[in-house]
Amino acid sequence: MELTGAQAVVESLKREGVDLVFGIPGGAVLPIYDALVDSGIRHVLVRHEQAAAHAADGYARASGRVGVCLATSGPGATNLVTGLCTAHMDSVPVVAITGQVPRSVIGTDAFQEADVWGVTMPVTKHNYLVKDSRALPRVLKEAFYIARSGRPGPVLVDIPRDVQNETIPYEVPEGVSLRGYKPVTAPHAIQVRRAAEAIARAGRPMLYAGGGVIGAGAHRELVALAERCQLPVTTTLMALGAFPGDHPLFMGMPGMHGSVCAVRAFTEADLIVAVGARFDDRVTGKPDEFARQARIIHVDIDAAEVGKIVDAHIPIVADARAGLQALLEVVEPRPRSEWNDRVDGWKSAHPFSYAPSDTDIRPQAVVEAVYRATGGNAIVATGVGQHQMWAAQYYRFREPRTFLTSGGLGTMGFGLPAAMGAWFARPDRTVVLIDGDGSFQMTLQELATVVEYGIPVKVFILNNQNLGMVRQWQQLFYQRRYSAVNLAASPDFARVAGAFGVSGRRVTDPAHVEPALRWALAEPGPVVLDFIVREEENVYPMVPAGAPLTRQIETGE
Amino acid sequence: MRHTLAVLVENNPGVLTRVAGLFARRAFNIHSLAVGITDDPQISRMTIVVEGDQAVVERVQKQLNKLIEVLGVSSLEESESVARELALVKVHVDPAARSDIVQLADIFRARIVDVGRKSMIIEISGDSDKVEALLGVLREHGVLEVVRTGKIAMARGTGRVAVPADDEPLRDAGGREPGRGPPWAAGSGRGPAAD
Repeated sequence: MELTGAQAVVESLKREGVDLVFGIPGGAVLPIYDALVDSGIRHVLVRHEQAAAHAADGYARASGRVGVCLATSGPGATNLVTGLCTAHMDSVPVVAITGQVPRSVIGTDAFQEADVWGVTMPVTKHNYLVKDSRALPRVLKEAFYIARSGRPGPVLVDIPRDVQNETIPYEVPEGVSLRGYKPVTAPHAIQVRRAAEAIARAGRPMLYAGGGVIGAGAHRELVALAERCQLPVTTTLMALGAFPGDHPLFMGMPGMHGSVCAVRAFTEADLIVAVGARFDDRVTGKPDEFARQARIIHVDIDAAEVGKIVDAHIPIVADARAGLQALLEVVEPRPRSEWNDRVDGWKSAHPFSYAPSDTDIRPQAVVEAVYRATGGNAIVATGVGQHQMWAAQYYRFREPRTFLTSGGLGTMGFGLPAAMGAWFARPDRTVVLIDGDGSFQMTLQELATVVEYGIPVKVFILNNQNLGMVRQWQQLFYQRRYSAVNLAASPDFARVAGAFGVSGRRVTDPAHVEPALRWALAEPGPVVLDFIVREEENVYPMVPAGAPLTRQIETGE
Repeated sequence: MRHTLAVLVENNPGVLTRVAGLFARRAFNIHSLAVGITDDPQISRMTIVVEGDQAVVERVQKQLNKLIEVLGVSSLEESESVARELALVKVHVDPAARSDIVQLADIFRARIVDVGRKSMIIEISGDSDKVEALLGVLREHGVLEVVRTGKIAMARGTGRVAVPADDEPLRDAGGREPGRGPPWAAGSGRGPAAD
C-alpha cells in the first residue's frame, strides 16, 4: 500500500501495538499529527515535552510495555532530553519520535533546527535521523526492538518534515535484522554450575537484586531462589517491589540511605549474588572498600556492567530471569543458618526509625500513613530528594512495577508526569505521587493534563519549604551554611491545585494526616494534599558520599 | 600502556561520531584512530590505539560492543599483528643539504613525492618507531609540516575480525564463535578461577 512517511510512522506504531502516545505538536511534526487524527491511537497532550518523556517512561515502568512520546524539532526535541536521559539511566524502554526541519535546510540553522541526533546520542540506547522515507518502516521496527530487548532503553527517531510528506510503498518488515545487535540471553552453563557450588559452600551468602529483575520479570524466580537457599535479600531503589517488602528474608534497601541491616550484610557477607544490579556508587559507597570479604556472582544482561565497578568472580551474562531460572535448576536447598539469625538480629535492632511528634508533622509518618491508607496496594511515583528516600524506606512495596522513581539520573520533577503515564498503563490501580515541594514545582504545570484527561492521581507533597536533601548536605557537611535551599516563597499548593481545577488541602496538624488521606483516597478525581512537615528533618541512615559503607551514620540525634 | 583495537562498523553516516563520542563520554583516551572502507562497501574498519591498562581496554571493548553499529571488536597483540602508518613530512631544504636529505630518505626507504625550491615532501610508511626515527633526523634540517594517518593494523595468519551473520542467535565479543560465551564469561574475574 502507498502511504506518506507520516502515515507509515503511524501504521508502524499500530503494528507495534501502541495505542497511546504523549506529546506536543509543532511545525515539524504536523504531518504525523495529521496522520494521528483518524488512526485510533490516543494522543495525550502534555504541557511540556519533558513531561511527555517522563509520562512515556512512567507508562513503560508501570506496564513493561514500550512508552512512546512525540515532539517537534528544536526546542520540542531538546525538552525531551532530560526525560530520555532519565529512562536511559534506569533502562526503561521508550521510543521518542521527533520532527526535524526539512532535509534541504538541515545544517543551515533553520528556524527550530537543532542537531537532535547529536544531542540525544549520549542519552539514548540508539538513535536515528531518517533521511530516506523508504527506510521508515524498517527504522520504526528496529527502534521498538532495540528499546525493549536486551538491556532496555530509550530510542529516538528524528524525521525531517519532508520525509514525513513523501509517499512510499509501505511494506511490513518481516523482522529485524541487526547484525551488530545480538543481546546475549542464554546463561553460560559452566558459570551457572560454579555459581550454584559457590552458594552451596558459602557461609554468609546474600542476594543483591537490581532493576534488571523487574525489567526481566524475574521477581518470582528471585523469591524462589531466596527461599530455597534462605538467602537474605536486599533490593536496590530500582528494584523495590521485586521482592516483597514484608518478607522475612527482606533486609531493606542498600546504599546511601539504606537499612543498617542491608549495608552491614554487604560488609559481612562472604558471597554476594548480584542480579540485574550495577554496583552504583550510591549502593557501594567507596568501591575499593566495598564487600571485601565477599566473592561476587554477577548476573547481568549487559556484559559491560560486569567488572565495571567491582570485579566479579563468577560472571553470568544473561537476562535476570534466564539467569535465575538456570540457577534454580541446579542449586541445592540450603537450611537456615546462624548467618540468618545474625541478619535478623540486625534487622530487628535497626529498623528505619524517626522521632514521632504530635506537634509537627514528620514526613516519615506521612509515608507510613499513606502505606496504611492504601493497604500497600498503590502504584507510587516520586520526585527526587528526601521525600523519595522516605517513600523508599517506609512504604513496603510488595509487587514489581509499583514504585516509579528516577534512580540513576535523580531527576526532580519526574513524579507527576510519571504518575500520569502509570495511570494510563494501570487505570485499575490507585496511583499516588509522593513528592517534595521542590520536585513538584519542576513539573506542576501537568496538573492541567491531569484535569484534561481526568487522571485521578493522588498528589501528596511532603512540604518542608526547602530543597531538603541539599539542605541536609549543607547542614551535615557545610556547617549549616545554607545556600540557595530555601523555598519559603513557594505558592500555596492547595490553592494552586484549585486554580487548575484539582481539589486541594493543606495539612499542618499531625492529627489531620490520616483523615486527610482517607478523604483524598475516597475522592473520585485528582487531589493535592500539601503536608507542611518539619523543616530540618533528615534522612537516616546515611553513608556520606564517597565514604565506605562501614562509615554509615545511623541517626543524627 | 597502548593497546590496538580493530573495530568493524556499519558504514553508516555518523558512526565515527558514535565511536569517538563513546571514548570521550567514558573518559577513555584515544591515541590515534584511522578509519576506511573494507572489501565489503557496507563495512568500515577502524584501528584505534587506546591508552590504558588491561582493565580499561576490556571496558572499552565491552562498551564498543554495545553500539548497535559496531559489528566486531578485536584487540591486536603487537607480536601477532602487523602495524603500519603513513606520514608525509615537508622538510626545509637548503641547496647544499639536498643530497643529504635524499640519502636519508633512501636509508629509510622513504619516497620523495614533491620537490620545491626550498622544500621537499617525503612519504614514509612503517611502524610508528620508524616514522619517529625519520622525523628525528629530518628535524635537524627543519621540518615545516607533518601529517600522519595514525596506525592501521591487522592480525597475522588467517584469523580476522568476525562479523556476526544476520541470523546468528547470540552477539559475541572479540570475534569468538557463537555459543561459547563471551571471553570474560570463561572465568577471568577477580581472584582465582578455581571454585
